[in-house]
Amino acid sequence: MDEIAGSAERRGDRVFRWLLAAVGLAILLLLLAVFAELVMGAANAFKVFGINFLTNDIWDETSSSYGALPFIAGTVATSAIAMLIALPVGILTALFLSEMAPTWLSVPLTFAVDLIAALPSVIVGLWGLSVLSVVTRDWIEVPIVANFGSLPFLGPNTGGADLFTASLLLALMITPTIVALSQEVFATVPQMHREAMLGLGGTRWEVIRKVILPLSWGGIGAAGILALGRAMGETMAVTMTIGNIDQVPSGLFDPAQTISSKIAITWSEAAIGLETDSVIALGLCLLVLSVAMVFVARGLVRGRTMAALGVHAG
Amino acid sequence: MMAAIPALGQQPVDDGTGALLLHRSGHERRRMLVNRVATITATLAATAVILALGIIILFVVVNGLPYVDEQFLTMDTENYNQGGALAAILGSLQMVPLATLIAAPIAILGGVYLAESRPGRMSGAVRMATETLAGLPSVVVGIFVFTILVAPTGKYTALAGSVALAVIMIPIVARSTEEIIRLVPASVREAALALGIPVWKTMLRVVVRTAMAGILAALMLAVARAAGETAPLILTTTGNQQVNVGNFLGSMDSLPTFIWLASGQPDDLLNGQAWAASLVLMVFVLITNIIVRGRTAGRRRAH
Repeated sequence: MDEIAGSAERRGDRVFRWLLAAVGLAILLLLLAVFAELVMGAANAFKVFGINFLTNDIWDETSSSYGALPFIAGTVATSAIAMLIALPVGILTALFLSEMAPTWLSVPLTFAVDLIAALPSVIVGLWGLSVLSVVTRDWIEVPIVANFGSLPFLGPNTGGADLFTASLLLALMITPTIVALSQEVFATVPQMHREAMLGLGGTRWEVIRKVILPLSWGGIGAAGILALGRAMGETMAVTMTIGNIDQVPSGLFDPAQTISSKIAITWSEAAIGLETDSVIALGLCLLVLSVAMVFVARGLVRGRTMAALGVHAG
Repeated sequence: MMAAIPALGQQPVDDGTGALLLHRSGHERRRMLVNRVATITATLAATAVILALGIIILFVVVNGLPYVDEQFLTMDTENYNQGGALAAILGSLQMVPLATLIAAPIAILGGVYLAESRPGRMSGAVRMATETLAGLPSVVVGIFVFTILVAPTGKYTALAGSVALAVIMIPIVARSTEEIIRLVPASVREAALALGIPVWKTMLRVVVRTAMAGILAALMLAVARAAGETAPLILTTTGNQQVNVGNFLGSMDSLPTFIWLASGQPDDLLNGQAWAASLVLMVFVLITNIIVRGRTAGRRRAH
């Protein structure tokens, strides 16, 4: 090669660096564009309704009244119930796979748990609609309402397609996230810590209870928050099983609607104009909620990691 | 706490918990009981999760298989209760590859950028943007693409559907690409640079090529994810039950939207075909995941 090649190389490198930076910038702009488009699309709805959009519980075309309260309530309720189920089940499953099961068992089972996360949401929804909602109605809701229907939150509906079934399905769908992230957290606990506890005569549960879990709560918390973000955004499985009634649910077995299910159900029928603007405003609420979850999880991990480092240094 | 020195001839008790006890007092029996109960509870939790997967797969296979027939595979959905899912199958086979073509170059170069750029404000912002994009609900992506591509013309198009799927794929592939490129040993890069090869050629021809198997694996997982995405397509491209080959400015059906629409109809054939479409989609998604993850599962989380 001659000297000219040398300068050509440098030009090539410069072009490559600019190309990479341009793609990086494009990804950044993509996110900003998502925010900008949703804010602009939602602007009209917020201009007309103001902050009342969030507290109004009527969604009605004839009176041109659009409020997000039933859907925000539905999203909060389904994700909260799903977390109550998925968090203990997910942590216990992760403990079983990481700390109890022998490798020949834990490797294929870990793999199987990952496959749950890969199942398309619409297939899980079809199963929830045709199978799970019938099981929950006949085996859980009818007997519970018959015997304890007078207790708060437990009656009088037994439709099957409702808050409870949707939350159960949602719990199944976010469990793999909790399991995978918890296993990663457990893997960061030094092996020496486990052996030290075993060497003192601790049982396997005492190792988990007194060594692994105390070091892992921060990471598990972040895992939970990320799973919560997923649960809030989950659309198809919930849409197909929640009953799709625009009301603030007053009981566990009431049909309801989440932000995402309302968007999916209403989209094709929404009247162009204020109703479409209001649906986009719902999308903006969902966007803000889910992005907030990502940031909380990041903060949680960073804070705890530093705290843990401090402990180890001392 | 610890057991007394065993009498001559007394056997140590191995209770399978890893703790070798020489003698059991009441206190230790209680600890063993707690350990046993905890083990059983965790086993039950794991069993329930795995069982749920098995039951879903079983139902999809049993309900779907009888309906995967010639009619399902060869007919339009035009005649609504005597048609098939050909339009949906062909729609998925076109929109997902187009989405991959759009997403792959952006995502791979984005991943290279994340792996190679010096830590700074710009690269930090791009990394945060990628993470945030990965956490976006897919229905929000659908609304976004609707407002930029569908609303201006008022036409639902397959192109808009593909773009929506691409937006979902980009952060997944970019993050994996970054991780994989970071795994390429520095010595490989240094050897190439020491030979006088320009940085850009080293990156593309040596580093990215070394990482190619991993990048392709990440891309395949993203394809499997995109193939099952429903909500973004409902918002950008439904409304066509006829076969559409090649016209990306027209609407296309897809397997997930077919499942969604057919499952809601009061029609036994369509309900059955919803299961059949689920079976076809599930087989594709699970086989892709098994092939791709099967090769990497061993080292991912087996610490």
